Amino acid sequence: MTRVHDMGGRYGDGPVVPEPQGMVPIGADWQKKALLLTLAAGGLGAWSIDTSRHARESLAPKDYARFSYYEKWIAALADLLVAKGLVTREELAAGTADPAPPHDRLFTAAKVAPALAKGSPYTRPGAAPAFTLGARVRTRLPARNTHLEGGHTRLPAYAAGHVGTVILSHGAHVLPDTNAHGLGERPEPLYTVAFAADDLWGAAEREGDEVTLDLWESYLEPA
Amino acid sequence: MPHDHHDHPHSLLPSDPALRVKALETILTRKGLVDPAAMDAILDTYERKVGPHLGAKVVARAWTDPEFRARLLAGATAAVAEMDISGRQGEHVVAVENTADTHNMVVCTLCSCYPWPLLGIPPAWYKSDAYRARAVREPRKVLAEFGVTLPDSQKVRVWDSTAEVRYLVIPMRPEGTEGLDEAALAALVTRDSMIGTGLAGAPA
Repeated sequence: MTRVHDMGGRYGDGPVVPEPQGMVPIGADWQKKALLLTLAAGGLGAWSIDTSRHARESLAPKDYARFSYYEKWIAALADLLVAKGLVTREELAAGTADPAPPHDRLFTAAKVAPALAKGSPYTRPGAAPAFTLGARVRTRLPARNTHLEGGHTRLPAYAAGHVGTVILSHGAHVLPDTNAHGLGERPEPLYTVAFAADDLWGAAEREGDEVTLDLWESYLEPA
Repeated sequence: MPHDHHDHPHSLLPSDPALRVKALETILTRKGLVDPAAMDAILDTYERKVGPHLGAKVVARAWTDPEFRARLLAGATAAVAEMDISGRQGEHVVAVENTADTHNMVVCTLCSCYPWPLLGIPPAWYKSDAYRARAVREPRKVLAEFGVTLPDSQKVRVWDSTAEVRYLVIPMRPEGTEGLDEAALAALVTRDSMIGTGLAGAPA
């Protein structure tokens, strides 16, 4: 039911290794290029952030596990470019392409600063929230995309079928489950829901510890 | 099922990551799909301009200006925009304040969502499987790996960033900092303290 990226709560990973404070070095030259190519190609506007997340999640589990962070990015970028008809499989295999004039939506240097400063707000006009702050809600079980089998969703498996309390209400946000697949933005009220850690895990490290998740209204029912 | 091909196009590229990236860069620039000057401008932004020093300024102001703190907690996106902080991966910001009762900690179990305009590029540990898998289930053990031990009187609230809301932790102001100005206070605010895996530093 789940995909490889849905790893919250999983056992078996080793320690977390802290790093020096301050700005994070992006890494080796190829890692910089992987980041920059992904952002620059994303600037063409051919796919949404939900579509690009789904492309990374759709890597074969064995690839997802063995690829480093930016290897996942570059693999997903190649897959997206082919899926959107911007690059052919033959060009990938050749490692080059015939020269072409600039795409009419080329993300030029002049567009960078304004685009990064503006971002892509995900709030939309939409329905009033059905749940008030303090409402008790139960999450969908199993966690799944109800619009497309195997599709993108943002309800992690570890939080599926649990009862929590609405603590924040964010207005209507684009629904990733449809937007990732070109099925429309279908904005829905978005909430932050708090769950007791001992409900999620059977036993909390300390009584009263909590985990919160940001969840769309269609993921929830009254409890 | 969507995208579940047995022959992902990426497998056509060379297996060595550096060669893969080089091939894609060649294809995209020759086809007019990527502007190398845009890549330089993006790099300049995230290597030199945007980083945790920006989030630290927000925290220091919240510690010293009660009216700003109130605006930040009521609506962080607008409050940080007063300081010219906005944009990609920070379109919808929520500030969560640590108190004597509650310690906040942020993770993205499904990918690596992070408040870029406030903290810059995320550190490798934040994107690691170990952090994504463990932060929600055993935050106190993870904190111990960062050298942080919370008093039993403080509950932990872990924020799993599953939507486009980005969380900034406002750490507790260290004791003995009453006389410090905003700039001196900002120097005490580490990147990790704004993710919730650290505490703000003590004055030297």
